[in-house]
Amino acid sequence: MTITEKILAAHAGLPRVEPGQIINVRVDVALGNDITAPIAIREFKQAGANRVFDRSRVVLVPDHFAPNKDILSAEQCKVLRDFAREQDLEHYFEIGEMGVEHALLPEQGIVGPGDVVIGADSHTCTYGALGAFSTGVGSTDLAAAMITGEAWFKVPESMKFVYTGKLGPWVEGKDLILATIGRIGVDGALYRAMEFTGPAIDALGMDDRFTMANMAIEAGGKSGIIAPDATTRAYVEGRVKRPPTYYESGPDARYREVIEIDCSRLRPQVAFPHLPSNTRSVDEAGTVAIDQVVIGSCTNGRIEDLRRAARVMRGQRVAPYVRCLVIPATQEIYRQALQEGLIEVFLDAKAAVSTPTCGPCLGGHMGILAKGERAVATTNRNFVGRMGHPESEVYLTNPAVAAASAVLGRIASPEEVAA
Amino acid sequence: MKLTGKAWKFGADVDTDAIIPARRLNTSDPAELAKYCMEDADPDFVRKMKAGDLIVAGKNFGCGSSREHAPIAIKAAGVSCVIAPSFARIFYRNAFNMGLPIFECAEAAADIREGDEVTVDAGTGVIRNATTGAEYRAAPIPPFMQELIADGGLMAHLAKKARAG
Ligand code: SF4
Repeated sequence: MTITEKILAAHAGLPRVEPGQIINVRVDVALGNDITAPIAIREFKQAGANRVFDRSRVVLVPDHFAPNKDILSAEQCKVLRDFAREQDLEHYFEIGEMGVEHALLPEQGIVGPGDVVIGADSHTCTYGALGAFSTGVGSTDLAAAMITGEAWFKVPESMKFVYTGKLGPWVEGKDLILATIGRIGVDGALYRAMEFTGPAIDALGMDDRFTMANMAIEAGGKSGIIAPDATTRAYVEGRVKRPPTYYESGPDARYREVIEIDCSRLRPQVAFPHLPSNTRSVDEAGTVAIDQVVIGSCTNGRIEDLRRAARVMRGQRVAPYVRCLVIPATQEIYRQALQEGLIEVFLDAKAAVSTPTCGPCLGGHMGILAKGERAVATTNRNFVGRMGHPESEVYLTNPAVAAASAVLGRIASPEEVAA
Repeated sequence: MKLTGKAWKFGADVDTDAIIPARRLNTSDPAELAKYCMEDADPDFVRKMKAGDLIVAGKNFGCGSSREHAPIAIKAAGVSCVIAPSFARIFYRNAFNMGLPIFECAEAAADIREGDEVTVDAGTGVIRNATTGAEYRAAPIPPFMQELIADGGLMAHLAKKARAG
């Protein structure tokens, strides 16, 4: 069995499972946010339920429109707060502790290797980087899981990606996943589990691995997964709250497809509007003048991302009439960036640094685009209207490219700014 | 159940931001969401369409976020069903969980033109284009999903299971 099948079988109480089989699994963690949880909570109440199945396994994070952007958003966040209080949830994160959910849960050790995690948020696939089966569902699924502690799944076929070669300078996990989506398309992995393997993955740190698993959904994938290794163990030890289980694909594992990607010649990637699959190398971007840069999100708002952005921005200044927003994904990342002097680098460069929030990533608040404006963002989606006006544009890149673009006021490669 | 109405065509990879943009997500009230259904794909859609009409789209319909607001907005706007060659998996799941009929059929999605009168037999998955007379058969729905629909969605299905002990 593949790693995905092994985890699902263990949680379904079955000796083995086959792709296509519909199973009921026990979920280790069920997650909701200020957009999706209010619907789930409404359905939870309508079903006449009184208590969640386990107060330590239902996690609520108000991160999308929080700090509350308007009165309606304040009402939605209040629904979460009231429910968390009523159910005495162990993991509810108020502003001040709150972070972007998919950066927060691994950091706080709430999710770990071998888990089955569902979240009413499509980027729940992020935790696959830890060797967990983790996938996005809707609010109704969340409501059902909050009551029963279970969810139904069709066992996905697996698709194996083998990354070889050594990464060049300024090439990151983001570029690997963008290149992958560029190659297979936004539905290239539809309904499937994407298994990321190979020497180039072994060499990646956890932050880059989270970035890759995070964007599995952008290829239509049900999940993205990386088998745990020494890097994973070092990350979860002393952090993860429940004892982890380390799975790996067996020699009998069957894959629908195996795709090899040679990374040795890969350059930083840019996904042009309006699909994440619309990728080219930064050297082929041409002259694209920009109005805004966003460095943050569940894709690229972690400490390693901020370090790379700061390395490019040190001693530089954001171009005139360009807005640059840096949004550390969690309070801990914010604090770490402060201690390492990264925040000072951003402030010196005239970038704005914000409290953790999803904010502009989904066009919520904190940096909405006007008609005709263009942004370079380290986020994961560049759909029409994603960051504001339907006639605005979003270009997806890694944090180093985003920082260089902020300095030059156009899409730029990091080499043009920093050595 | 027969679903009959006029077809409205959309392209491939229609994402959930196009179905209901994030700026409308500070509420989950179906009537409110319905007003902005497909806003960023076609701003006039809700004014042009009539209750019962169908959406016929390209592959990977509903890709992007997990927001159930997307199928809610479509259903509350009065759209009777969606026909596409394929659906993004969370959208597919959400549609069944909350009772919006959707049909996978590449031929029908390609042939049907905007404005055609279309009838879908939800039970058999037979799609009939009354304008051209053509007939198609949608991909069969797995038994478990049929059970979900028959019970009226996931929550009703669970309630039934709980009653059965
Ligand atoms: S940062 Fe963006 S993609 Fe990530 S959870 Fe928030 S809105 Fe979604």
